[in-house]
Amino acid sequence: MKSVNTELGATSELFMLLASIAYVVALIFFVLDLVKSSRTIGAVEARLAAGQAQAPAQAKVLAGARGGASAPVPAGPAMADTSMDYSAGPRRSSARIAVALTVVATVIHGAAVLTRGIAADRVPWGNMYEFCTTGALVVSLIFLITLTRKDLRFVGSFVIGLVVIMLCAATVGFATPVANLIPALQSYWLIVHVSIAVASSALFTLTFAMSVLQLIQSSREARIAAGGPDKAGFMRLVPPALSLENLSYRLNAIAFVGWTFTLIAGAIWAEEAWGRYWGWDTKEVWTFVIWTVYAGYLHARATKGWTGTRAAWLSIVGYLCIVFNFTIVNIYFSGLHSYSGV
Amino acid sequence: MLNKDTARTEGTQPDAALPALGFTGTLRWAWKQLTSMRIALFLLLLLAVAAVPGSLFPQRSANPAVVTTYLQDHPDSGPILDWFQLFDVYSSVWFSSIYLLLFISLIGCVTPRAIAHAKAVRAKPPATPRRLSRMPVYGTLEIPAAQASGAAITPASAVADAAALLKKRGYRVDVRDADGDRPSVAAERGFSKELGNLVFHSSLIGVLVSVAVGGLFGYNGQKVIVEGDTFVNTLVGYDAFTPGTNFSDDQLEPYSIRLDAFDVQFDRALESHYGQPLDFTASLTTQAGPDAEPKKQTLKVNAPVDIGGTSVYLVGNGYAPVITVRDGEGNIAVQGPVVTIPSDGLYTSLAVIKAPDARPEQLGFVGFFLPTAFVDEKGVSFSRDPDPFNPQLNLNSYAGDLGLDGGEPKNVYVLDTDNLTELNSRNSDNGGIVLGLGETYDLPEGKGSITFDGLKRYIAVDIHHDPAQLGALVFSVLALAGLSASLFIGRRRAWVRTGEHPDGRVLVEYGLLARGEDPRLPAEGAAVEKLLTSHWLAHPDKAGENQLQPAGAPAAGTGAGTDGDNGKDIE
Ligand code: HEM
Repeated sequence: MKSVNTELGATSELFMLLASIAYVVALIFFVLDLVKSSRTIGAVEARLAAGQAQAPAQAKVLAGARGGASAPVPAGPAMADTSMDYSAGPRRSSARIAVALTVVATVIHGAAVLTRGIAADRVPWGNMYEFCTTGALVVSLIFLITLTRKDLRFVGSFVIGLVVIMLCAATVGFATPVANLIPALQSYWLIVHVSIAVASSALFTLTFAMSVLQLIQSSREARIAAGGPDKAGFMRLVPPALSLENLSYRLNAIAFVGWTFTLIAGAIWAEEAWGRYWGWDTKEVWTFVIWTVYAGYLHARATKGWTGTRAAWLSIVGYLCIVFNFTIVNIYFSGLHSYSGV
Repeated sequence: MLNKDTARTEGTQPDAALPALGFTGTLRWAWKQLTSMRIALFLLLLLAVAAVPGSLFPQRSANPAVVTTYLQDHPDSGPILDWFQLFDVYSSVWFSSIYLLLFISLIGCVTPRAIAHAKAVRAKPPATPRRLSRMPVYGTLEIPAAQASGAAITPASAVADAAALLKKRGYRVDVRDADGDRPSVAAERGFSKELGNLVFHSSLIGVLVSVAVGGLFGYNGQKVIVEGDTFVNTLVGYDAFTPGTNFSDDQLEPYSIRLDAFDVQFDRALESHYGQPLDFTASLTTQAGPDAEPKKQTLKVNAPVDIGGTSVYLVGNGYAPVITVRDGEGNIAVQGPVVTIPSDGLYTSLAVIKAPDARPEQLGFVGFFLPTAFVDEKGVSFSRDPDPFNPQLNLNSYAGDLGLDGGEPKNVYVLDTDNLTELNSRNSDNGGIVLGLGETYDLPEGKGSITFDGLKRYIAVDIHHDPAQLGALVFSVLALAGLSASLFIGRRRAWVRTGEHPDGRVLVEYGLLARGEDPRLPAEGAAVEKLLTSHWLAHPDKAGENQLQPAGAPAAGTGAGTDGDNGKDIE
């Protein structure tokens, strides 16, 4: 029989707590960055407007608005660079601290998940607590990896906020001490099926955040185009809706392939465990619903009149289904998958 | 760049105007609508919504007993829900019509696309645009005069080189105006994107067909096997059996399975999870047929046993106390193991015993089996452990007509006490029956006795045969591969045109275009440029001493923008 190391399990829980604290501080800095940067940009704009009284009031200001830039002044709402590259803007010191803190938090978080796995002598995703904590780690890792390629710091407060929520849910709602796996979960398909499910869900988490911002941004763009006031000033840090849509489409495509794999691997496992690869068990139903909604999303992107806002809504609905599947279905619906450990 | 909408919806029609009157016209209009992207999207989303009620209401396919209970508990709303087939969602008329329409739409959509794609694969790459600089990725190079003459590079040979390089990179190429002033090569790659899309959609049809075939020719059944008992794979051997539509008896191979022992292991090390199951192992002796050699096999959760074209799965287990019931006349009315149904993790199990042969009156018992019985402060017995450290039966007894003679099938796990007289129970004066292992209880009024002789474990197995399972797997994997190809492969066109400057320089320009939005196009442009420059550089004998220079800034800031890189490469 495998041995469970409860002491190491307790250490893991301590790490998890430390990581949560670090994330919360990182979150505060991300929010601070949004507030500060939008204020800086506002000030720059005011100066520009004052300096070029004849020019149209709206200056195009990039995420890194260079003070007193003599840039051409095209009309249009101010917002970040389309490319989401790190441009040479003013130092966003809060954002830098926030990212550094996120790295620290992720390292501690990784240690927590790792020690949990070692303590249990198996992969650390066998119950709700573990799905949540490991899932949050993957969200944070994917966010950091994406950050090395694109300047996505604008979604930082959103994504890290979700990570904090996931960790809170895990430690408060689903707390479970380390333990062995029940026979139903003793299968290598647990490793394959659940890891890809968690990774895909993490990607969907990221695109969910981006789709929400896309909706806010596009209504802001529309309002400004109609000559209205720019109420959501902090959205100046966020790239235009179209580039948000394009990036989240690419991430959603990867996540969708992952989800398709999850579905197939789940079916193979179901065949091995229960003798049928598909039986419309509640968990299977919701996995299918999620798959279909995202398939709809991919179709929407190719359907006239369905790109943009409507596609973003589908991406959001898909994510809400994922959350529903993970929380309500796991806890309240009975079915063959009822071994969430709550 | 191609307009995204038109590029992506090729093969489907734009919104149809109102149809010209007439039957065929209407039909054609309906078909066009059905196979449009908009309807496909609508049906997909509708399917997602329609699948949801199946998780909200109990389903007959999964558990008919729960549906029966639900109908009893909701006499008003139940029948209405049933009328809407909400207890059979996935075989309901409305769910089936949605997915059938979706698949008809799919076929109507994929077929013309496949034909168009077959043509496109054979067609030549499109003509070289007059102004390549209009392409989203554009760049120029020049081969200095000295170098060009030294290596005998002419516009025509440069185009030939470019064509060879692009071909190596996976492009299909076509050289135009080879002998003209401004020869060019047109190239195209990424046909597997569309192919992937077609494979994906067609494989979905394959999956659906496999599921249907499995439903036609497969079967599944359930059986409870007590330690020491043997199951023989015949229709009468099963406790429950669900044949496919086209099932016939002779499909069953007469193999047999004996349960020699069933071992369970519970967690004893962890306080937080004390008594959680760690392992279930069934030791079997199987015989592929009446005359076959007996074979020892083990059956575990997640590790089915394959035999006689079926797979046997371990899906449940519990205790079967061995009892003897004697009737009022002193004869044995029932003897043997009684399968009890565990109701919690501690194996507090529901026990029902029926003795229809008891005389003068039939006898019935209902109550609990507790593996490790304890009594709490209030005097209520409960089980404290899943292992049988202190096994005990707590029963109420009844006498009268069990109602088994009417010919109606009765659930063996339910005792209908309506027509029975209670002999004793926990609430009666003489108390309920409490039996430890080896003990006997004499029923009141000399109605008989019950003895708890021994304890066995049983397993519940599911036995399945699905001839189309492999097909479903193959099509799913194909779908996954096709999907990946479709989403991640870029469909691109590239053109390279050359010309000779009067001063002898050979000028090269290239442009790239993607189908749809493709953020990796600039990188592809950079790669093509690098390929061209390093080719002419990699043949110093050809290229001579002189340097090859990328000329001109990439157009409009969207070009490959690789000046820096190339500079390095060339030096
Ligand atoms: C069972 C139903 C269907 C499912 C699950 C499904 C799923 C998908 C998915 C996941 C994609 C994106 C991946 C890819 O490009 O291959 C896609 C693309 C596509 N589907 Fe479907 N589809 C279904 C039915 C249909 C139908 C009925 C049509 C035609 C009316 C259709 C037309 C298309 C087209 C044209 C694309 C390419 C879109 C693009 O270029 O991005 N599909 N489908």
